[in-house]
Amino acid sequence: MNSVLIVNIFRFLLLLAVQIVIFNNMNFLGYISPFPYILFIILYPVNSNKYGLLLASFFLGLTIDVFINSGGIHTAACIILAYYRPYLFKFSFGLSYEYQTIKLNDVLTPERFSFILFSVLLHHFILFAFEAFKFSFILDVLIRTLLSTVFTIILCIIIIYLIKPNRR
Amino acid sequence: MQQIFNFIYKNSNRLLFLLLLGISLFLTIQSHSYHRSKVISSANFLSGGVYQRINNVSEYLSLRTQNDMLAQENAKLRSFLLDIKDTTALAKLDSVKGMRETDIIVSKVIHNSFNVHENFLTLNSGANHGVKSDMGVINSIGIVGIIDNVSPNYATVISILNIKSQINAKIKKSNHFGSLVWDGKSTGFVQLIDVPRLAAIRKGDTIVTGGQSVIFPENINIGTIDRIYVDNQTHYYTLSVKLFNDMTNLGHVYIIKSKDREEIINLEKGHKNE
Repeated sequence: MNSVLIVNIFRFLLLLAVQIVIFNNMNFLGYISPFPYILFIILYPVNSNKYGLLLASFFLGLTIDVFINSGGIHTAACIILAYYRPYLFKFSFGLSYEYQTIKLNDVLTPERFSFILFSVLLHHFILFAFEAFKFSFILDVLIRTLLSTVFTIILCIIIIYLIKPNRR
Repeated sequence: MQQIFNFIYKNSNRLLFLLLLGISLFLTIQSHSYHRSKVISSANFLSGGVYQRINNVSEYLSLRTQNDMLAQENAKLRSFLLDIKDTTALAKLDSVKGMRETDIIVSKVIHNSFNVHENFLTLNSGANHGVKSDMGVINSIGIVGIIDNVSPNYATVISILNIKSQINAKIKKSNHFGSLVWDGKSTGFVQLIDVPRLAAIRKGDTIVTGGQSVIFPENINIGTIDRIYVDNQTHYYTLSVKLFNDMTNLGHVYIIKSKDREEIINLEKGHKNE
């Protein structure tokens, strides 16, 4: 139990640092930047403390917001993703997901991929919608959401494969 | 009473979610108003310090372009120096034109954003160096933005690539004024709106800052006209301006401290009160 906590704290700090130092400076075509830091929320243990996840994602989003001067948009997107995560689990893995042992950082199956896809899509749509905050930018918001989602998912999958525990 | 506790206990997850969502929405809405929250900004001690560290490393990667820019600026200043033949003539010219008294603070960009609609820069000088809110920021090529929040050692800048930014600008040749805004699309282009139809403009004309603003001195380069449209609603010209500055690659900047600013603002305030 304790090791799970330590792994999560480590993951929280590492993803935050990598996001701020590297990924915030990546700009594909001028405005597409990836946000793989939400991998923390995606990889959080399924049956672990719900309040812990909400509070952790609140502080995760808030830290990112402080660093890129964006008010509260990352915070809002993160806690909405954290709150609706069980519904996304239900959608991707079927109703009885709580009784299965889901390990997300493992070989990519269609279920795992769809879960990551919908999580990233939800987070990015809320993020860009709040960032624009105007209906006149709706087309722009959708384009940014789609392109950034592709970018983030590719990076997420690469990171998952990199940190996957080796089994011989 | 029992039922209230039961309700809170049963829905505690949802209530916590709503509380946190409320806080984040409050911060989001606050950030969309012009004078923003002082807490959630990269001018604070922690994030400013981290950006300073990162910049200490990444600075080396752009040394060549920075050196080129400084060398070019030196060459330009030297050419001005050679043009001046008599120093007394210069003083006379100054008093006739009524040149503003301005001070310049040299600073460095330690964080730069340009991929969202509301972009901010972070500089490594703050209140301790004499920086205050609403000062203009330029570099050797053109304008950069306006100071927003200031902490003792850091300051954030509203970049000209921010849909909230609005700067008085004019066409260098004809002195027609307009407002410089950004439509949130390309980092290389800004828009000059509300230019009268009378103005004789051509593609390639230079746009400079206007004299109406107390933030920037007059005649600081902004860019050249790239395309000309007529706005359907207002029937004024909208000009697409290609920036001289590459806003994605900024190093050293100058903060302009206008000595007359307080006086002008006080004067105009007194006028309004009457």
